Amino acid sequence: MEAGELEAEKHARYILSVEKRKDDLESIVIEHLRMNGAYWGLTTLDLLHQLGAVDRNEVVSWVLKCQHESGGFGGNVGHDAHILYTLSAVQVLALLDNLDILDADKVSSYVTGLQNEDGSFSGDEWGEIDTRFSYCAICCLSLLHRMDKINVAKAVSYVVSCKNLDGGFGCVPGAESHAGQIFCCVGALAITGSLHHVDKDLLGWWLCERQVKSGGLNGRPEKLPDVCYSWWVLSSLIMIDRDKEKGGISDRPDDAVDVFHTYFGVAGLSLLEYPGVKPIDPAYALPVETVNGIFLEKRRVASSQ
Amino acid sequence: MHGRPRKTAKAEDLVASAAKAEKLRQLQSQLLRNHNDRIYNKEALEICSKLLEVNPEVYTAWNYRKLAVQSNLESCGDHEVVQSIVNQELKIAEIALRRNPKCYGAWQHRKWILNLGSDKADFDQEFRLLDQLLKADSRNFHGWNHRRFVVALKNVKEEEELNFTTEKINTNFSNYSAWHNRSVILSHLMKQNAPGFDPREKVLTEELEFIHQALFTDPDDQSGWFYHLWLLDQIIARDSPFLISSWPAHGTEVILSSNTSVKDFQHFESTEYAQYIRALPIVLYFNQAVKGVNSTTVTVESIFTENVDLIWKPLSASNSVEAHCWVTYLNISERDCNSLEPYSINVSFGNTQGLVSSDGCPLSYACQCEFSLKISPYSPGSCSKESNVNMVHWDNENFSRSEFLQIRPFLMSYQRQKIIANSELLISEWCSETLSREIMLFRKLISEINCKIAKLTLGRLLIARNFILSRGIQLTKNRTHFEETLQLYDDLIRLDPSHIGYYKDQRSLVLMDQVTSDEESLRKHCWLPKELSLTSAGQSVCLRLNKLSLTRIGFVERLLWVNMLDLSHNELQSVEGLEAMQLLSHLNLSHNKLSSMTALEPLRPMISLQALDISYNEIGAHSIDTKRYQCASSPLSHPAGTCGDVQGFEDFDPEEVKLYWDAILIFKHLHLTQLDVVGNPILNEPFSSLMIRLVPSLQWLDGRPAQQS
Repeated sequence: MEAGELEAEKHARYILSVEKRKDDLESIVIEHLRMNGAYWGLTTLDLLHQLGAVDRNEVVSWVLKCQHESGGFGGNVGHDAHILYTLSAVQVLALLDNLDILDADKVSSYVTGLQNEDGSFSGDEWGEIDTRFSYCAICCLSLLHRMDKINVAKAVSYVVSCKNLDGGFGCVPGAESHAGQIFCCVGALAITGSLHHVDKDLLGWWLCERQVKSGGLNGRPEKLPDVCYSWWVLSSLIMIDRDKEKGGISDRPDDAVDVFHTYFGVAGLSLLEYPGVKPIDPAYALPVETVNGIFLEKRRVASSQ
Repeated sequence: MHGRPRKTAKAEDLVASAAKAEKLRQLQSQLLRNHNDRIYNKEALEICSKLLEVNPEVYTAWNYRKLAVQSNLESCGDHEVVQSIVNQELKIAEIALRRNPKCYGAWQHRKWILNLGSDKADFDQEFRLLDQLLKADSRNFHGWNHRRFVVALKNVKEEEELNFTTEKINTNFSNYSAWHNRSVILSHLMKQNAPGFDPREKVLTEELEFIHQALFTDPDDQSGWFYHLWLLDQIIARDSPFLISSWPAHGTEVILSSNTSVKDFQHFESTEYAQYIRALPIVLYFNQAVKGVNSTTVTVESIFTENVDLIWKPLSASNSVEAHCWVTYLNISERDCNSLEPYSINVSFGNTQGLVSSDGCPLSYACQCEFSLKISPYSPGSCSKESNVNMVHWDNENFSRSEFLQIRPFLMSYQRQKIIANSELLISEWCSETLSREIMLFRKLISEINCKIAKLTLGRLLIARNFILSRGIQLTKNRTHFEETLQLYDDLIRLDPSHIGYYKDQRSLVLMDQVTSDEESLRKHCWLPKELSLTSAGQSVCLRLNKLSLTRIGFVERLLWVNMLDLSHNELQSVEGLEAMQLLSHLNLSHNKLSSMTALEPLRPMISLQALDISYNEIGAHSIDTKRYQCASSPLSHPAGTCGDVQGFEDFDPEEVKLYWDAILIFKHLHLTQLDVVGNPILNEPFSSLMIRLVPSLQWLDGRPAQQS
């Protein structure tokens, strides 16, 4: 591990400043995915034991403003509903221990409506299909205790149909393996108790090959490393229990240039059991504490009246 | 978002940036307003186009465009207008893609338009655009995906696409995307037995030629090696499943004595048995994962339980309905124990449909196993549940050698079955010849260059050849090369630390193959424990596999007869495979690298387990549990039909559940009399007291009496 401590407070201040900053070019360009940003930022804060710095009421009321009639959430106020932002919204509320503010049946009906005949999921009404959306649907419904509302067997078989020659997964059947897609597919299989479909030795090998000479990780062969791949590769390795080599990975969250990369750097460090960072669950991508609270305690999610 | 380094801004840059920001903000808010008010006139569409030119990532803008197209098509279906709309939309998508060739929204919009107006679009132009793009970046997966979409839409022949991949590969061997695409196309063609691609042996042989060129041109490039591995997998593809092992073995006599390790039924959720009865396991082990094992497909004739009442369970550490290994249990009541005559038991299968492999392939042939069961006299005093059990020790002094140790009966469980149909050799000539040729080729290659992946491939080839040779019913003497394979993995462990876990696992499997492959090598590891009395086979044997640097267990099908196993002082992080050992009563896993309770999941179905030593592992040392999702009974994962309600923890304090849910799930159903946990960070007062409550049968905990009177 690199010398020098993880400057938790510095990272926390950075994230809080990003949250406030809305008018510069960088912020406006990514305005439409603020819901993702909220998830990345708040999870990072929680991992660094700094979630208390956030105005929870403000965040929750903004999240709810992004919800549509359909039950789905958009990336920001005024933006269309999409499964990506629906998952992020649910994750944010889970972090803030406020899932009970949702009408879980309404949100799940939005997600259920996006499942197709072959088990795949569309991102929204316009029909783009991608295994990222399978992960979003499964993770979201699991957190809401509504997995029985989709056809899990078909969802699983669709994900499995995206398995490739190298044991990895792509975005649709026939698409090349990519670390991000692999995280989504392995995560979906983990949450549905279906990891026996994964050739763990083969995929584990491919994932370990992502490590380049500098110690960083790339997303697929012959590509450049990036800190976000550290998360996707590491969490996948951990879910399939092939992470013995992780000691050799170095990470530098100080080089992160945005909330996206800060989150992935800190989450990666969490998986490496870095001191001072809370443990993160590799499948739900939320702190273990949050996940345990949702699944090991009695149900606290309200159902529709 | 990627690849943008942080720079400190200069003053004039800041001003320019602020102006851009303002312009963009206006465009975005206008777009959202028009979208909300459903305004789709020319002006509004212009604003949208301007926005997408500057920021093609705004997904709502692409949605808006689609709504506008729909609305405008509704009001005017004129052919020329439709054509111009299609062209316009394709143009806008193209502009966005030239700016960012990885923009999901732009690709999706293009696809949507092509679906909508497939008769109006110029597909030559589409292919030209794709060619340009893939020339500029042959790894752009969006481009490849779109190409596959267009190819399907236009019904282009798969052979043509295969040629496209050949072209790309010949331009540059290191083209992972092209190799990947090739594997997809070939899979389809072979599956369909398409003309020119049948028989598959011919195709695979040609592909091997092709890949050899790539591999020998640049051995350090990854692309070709993954493709070669995929080819290897196609070559040794398994066909029909068949039985490779059972317990009891055909033709053997099983002796159940009154203080045997085979115990009663309490782990079943169903009926509570008032009397003290025994359950005799019948274990079937197949050469690959199968499903559909039940009382219809398998017939067990005995006086103990009606066949129709038998429930077969898959023995695997996962939730899968498929497994290599299946078990059922015969009830043996007290009444049966009074007879001195041996009972005959007959197991047959393969006569009815339903028992198939994952791919739906039925069994190669019908099979029948016959064995007899003898029960020693029942003595009221000695088989009470409450009787005191002595502690078992694992140190060397407790074991002795015997020249007269009979191993042969144990090996029978692996070798012999009575086969009804003809047993032709199940090895394909072509397969073993191809493997032998590949092995020669790679031996030559690694003698010339020091290439880690060539060594790995040779290792895999040797293991593959052993694997297909073991499909023959008799253990052949030709299965050597253990030393060569072990040496290869030792080299790789030294040369390539980035994959050390994988190499150690493979090495462990080769070692286990070697140890269990014949009587002589097995004998070296069999010892007589002085403390244990008679087992069901009439002789107590402990298999000692300690200090072998094992990271993984394998070839358990040859060890179904084992009731005492010492795996201490290894490097085990996983004990997957042990679940098949239904007779195992004493297990030593101390001094290994087990890092969580969830790692003990494979022990749950082991109904005979009495003494377990997991001392000096790493349970409780790690904040990240890598077995969390391997654990089939985990409340964090929800197989089909469940929705995540917490069950099974009612009797426990919520704080205890949060800390020890995994320990509770594992130990609740075991009937341990002895447990050793010392040397694990998880051990403390609350944990010990939980264990004592959780396991009422426990008499010894870490060498001290467990239950206080």
